[in-house]
Amino acid sequence: MDAVNTLIKPALVALGDNALVCSFAPPATLATQARVWAVARAARDWPHVVEVVPGMNNLTVVYDPLKADPLALTAQLDAAWDEPPEDQAGGNLIEIPVRYGGADGPDLDEVARFCKLTTAEVIARHTAAEYVVFFLGFQPGFAYLGGLDPALHTPRRAEPRIAVPVGSVAIGGEQTGIYPSESPGGWQLIGRSTSVLFDPSRAQPSLLAPGDRVRFTAAGSRA
Amino acid sequence: MIDVIRAGMLTSVQDLGRHGLRHLGICQSGALDTLALNVANRLVGNTVGAAGIEVTIGPTVLRFTRDARIAVTGADFAATLDDTPVNAWWSLPVRAGQVLTLRAPRHGMRAYVAIAGGIDVISLLGSRSTDLQAGFGGLGGRALRDGDRLPVGAAHHGRRLSLGPDSSGFGVKSPALCTFGPMPVAPGASAAGSNDTVIRVMTGPEYAQFSPEAQAALWQSPWRITPNSNRMGYRLAGPLLDRVDTADLLSHGVLPGTIQVPPNGQPIVLMGDAQTAGGYPKIGAVISADLWRLAQARLNATLRFVPVAADDARRALVKIEQYLQQVDLALQMRCERLNAGR
Repeated sequence: MDAVNTLIKPALVALGDNALVCSFAPPATLATQARVWAVARAARDWPHVVEVVPGMNNLTVVYDPLKADPLALTAQLDAAWDEPPEDQAGGNLIEIPVRYGGADGPDLDEVARFCKLTTAEVIARHTAAEYVVFFLGFQPGFAYLGGLDPALHTPRRAEPRIAVPVGSVAIGGEQTGIYPSESPGGWQLIGRSTSVLFDPSRAQPSLLAPGDRVRFTAAGSRA
Repeated sequence: MIDVIRAGMLTSVQDLGRHGLRHLGICQSGALDTLALNVANRLVGNTVGAAGIEVTIGPTVLRFTRDARIAVTGADFAATLDDTPVNAWWSLPVRAGQVLTLRAPRHGMRAYVAIAGGIDVISLLGSRSTDLQAGFGGLGGRALRDGDRLPVGAAHHGRRLSLGPDSSGFGVKSPALCTFGPMPVAPGASAAGSNDTVIRVMTGPEYAQFSPEAQAALWQSPWRITPNSNRMGYRLAGPLLDRVDTADLLSHGVLPGTIQVPPNGQPIVLMGDAQTAGGYPKIGAVISADLWRLAQARLNATLRFVPVAADDARRALVKIEQYLQQVDLALQMRCERLNAGR
């Protein structure tokens, strides 16, 4: 844990009459994000708090505007940042099997070409890293993963696809992620997973939660 | 059952929304005019969280397959039951086979139909609301279509005969006719009766990053709701809102009511189906007490934003609670009167 980071506290401002936003100045770091997760976990149990939403190096706490005392909540939130977070993020390690290339990953060749690697090297590097779920957004169960090998950074497609198939594993700029449901998208599709990222009928609807760690495994290629 | 004979432009099953799941990317959904659905449920003896039908623009035609009590609230759609006009904000009994028609809104945008027992679709993640973006909840995760059949739960009106299927119709005053505390006059609005919808707004976290001209324009300009608006957000047209600090923001949480300004300088007010994370600067936020009024503002209508402080926002919410208490009091007095007369 970066000692300096633990001393810095975020700016705390209101968002309307029912939310408080805590934001750290850039650059975003994993150490700061771990503090965001820790405060998020604590704030979830506070009375009259209805949503606790981690962003990238920021945290939005939504409260019941009729029941909560915003001043008391602000003080409580401010004090929470004084607590050092546990060393471990506390997240689970989740393995996600991926079929790379072929019809499952129609942009794998393009990514390899751009990165000046073979497709086998792209797969090897993508499966070698351990990723961290910084936060979720965009659509239910969509995780913003940190930790993509810089050698795999690839610009988004010039023309977004109208329909990216569910489970597609993709690279967009410096990020990698999995589409939990079919949707439009501009990321480069390198493979597809059969893991169900989001199922509203499950008690835990999202496979991934903020702070979880992710490993991709090659489940055979159709290339 | 309710037979959907004609679904209309955008009709969906909604309750008060899905809460506590934004950290998983799951949006709120739910009735956009939560006050109208809340009152509709009270008018049929339901708990306020029961699911009803949100009708946007219409025209919508519903047939009831058994005797029931229903309520119609929200925008006045010139509704009829068979050929009999139904007032807005009205609770009434319906017989099996009768047909409710909601034509088009005279004012406003959305009407709500509640039925005793509620629309009994499966509750997912604590709500029966339709998440139209993610495609789950409500009936099949989608807007209603012609020919759909909606299940209706068991009514519990035994304790409240006044809300039974045999009791006559009655109504309550629309909240649109109530003044929930002093409504500030928009600085840019002409004093002579304007049709603009005045919406109370608190300054947002990035308000200070906008130019003085942009800050003034937010409060002084009319903002037209463009047709490119939907349940996710209202896209507004007006003067360009110029941001002085042009540094990119990191992704952060956004909420219904958040007013964000993309690089094109034209603000978007987020609504109930808004995504959970965004990256645009937030110049303001509509106060909770005015979200239902915003939901009833029509496409191409003009909004005026007026700045208010947190205390004003809270007082406005308390006024709405008092209105709901008056509705409950009226229901209770009606119940006592009917019991006394038997």
